[in-house]
Amino acid sequence: MANAKEMKALVFGPVFANNPIALQVLGICSALAVTTKLEKALVMGVALTLVTAFSSMFISMIRNHIPSSVRIIVQMTIIASLVIVVDQILKAYAYNVAKELSVFVGLIITNCIVMGRAEAYAMKSPPLMSFLDGIGNGLGYTVLLVIVAVIRELFGSGTLFGVEILPLISAGGWYQPMGLLLMPPSAFFIIGLLIWVLRTFRPEQQEKH
Amino acid sequence: MEHYLSLFVRAVFIDNLALSFFLGMCTFIAISKQVKTAFSLGIAVTVVLALAVPVNQIVYHKLLAPGALAWLGFPDADLSFLGFITYIGVIAALVQVLEMFLDKYVPSLYNALGIFLPLITVNCAIFGGVAFMVERDYNFSESVVFGLGSGIGWTLAITLMAAVSEKLKYADMPHALRGLGSRFIMVGLMGLGFMSFSGVSL
Repeated sequence: MANAKEMKALVFGPVFANNPIALQVLGICSALAVTTKLEKALVMGVALTLVTAFSSMFISMIRNHIPSSVRIIVQMTIIASLVIVVDQILKAYAYNVAKELSVFVGLIITNCIVMGRAEAYAMKSPPLMSFLDGIGNGLGYTVLLVIVAVIRELFGSGTLFGVEILPLISAGGWYQPMGLLLMPPSAFFIIGLLIWVLRTFRPEQQEKH
Repeated sequence: MEHYLSLFVRAVFIDNLALSFFLGMCTFIAISKQVKTAFSLGIAVTVVLALAVPVNQIVYHKLLAPGALAWLGFPDADLSFLGFITYIGVIAALVQVLEMFLDKYVPSLYNALGIFLPLITVNCAIFGGVAFMVERDYNFSESVVFGLGSGIGWTLAITLMAAVSEKLKYADMPHALRGLGSRFIMVGLMGLGFMSFSGVSL
């Protein structure tokens, strides 16, 4: 059984030191389209964290019984079943958010973070550690998503969680919203610049050519 | 006919899977370093999309949609909650069949695609295309056009991206921006370019 320090490293390591999006290039697929609003980003982050944690745990539990030739299919089945559960729960209790997330909840299945952690970590580690590893990577994803969403929602529409922070000119206030931030390409700019900042402070992450 | 043409143009340019929905980004960022590999990957994705979207359209409307099982005598059955797991199963099976087919009959293409072929199963562009088809309720012929169009759009995007990165190898960028950071910004700029198509309507 691992000690507490190791567990802590598993949960908090991926948040900044080894962020799944910024360093491992995983899971950008479905990440960027959901960051126009903070609420959507948060729901997506929580959903992904739960799916990653539980799929890692289940896969780790049966890892010694999976023949390696069919492991991808087995992993896919577990992940897809979990995503269906998450999707049904969202539709039942947060219908509006589920509607706005549209296909992106389903896309958690093909999100490389989930598959990547299952393949790279859960296949070799005991269930509890895999669960924590899933939580950690999910948190790293959520943190990055939330940062991007705060920037996009605050400056793009002047609100946070739909509550007005910067009064818009159109509503009699003073803030002229930046329409570009609501468009898809801005998410790329923000992530690109975030990676730049992150790597300036952590030179060991820079790519050498 | 006009309707299908407009759907095709929409799928290729305006609703480009890669640049306006960010689908298939993992491979998009990782593979797009050489034009040649990027193009072969694009072809593979197009083939799989053009097959997977129509096949899943049939599966959805004949088996999963509410009331679809009426021909079996279950008019009240609604299996649509099984959607995700079915689509991914169909996609995985299709990719497997395609892989065996190419290995047997077109070995040159099979070798060129190499490792990318099995990886297409987990490419979000395929799953995204299928999910959009279900959400927008396309009929069979629309789904063929949509699958083909979005595949071509994705190929176009990744090939262009690879061409830009080949040139950018010689650029003198800040160290921290090299690699991943600059790629994101590049994709953003290309996305802006593609947004100018949104005024196009047929």
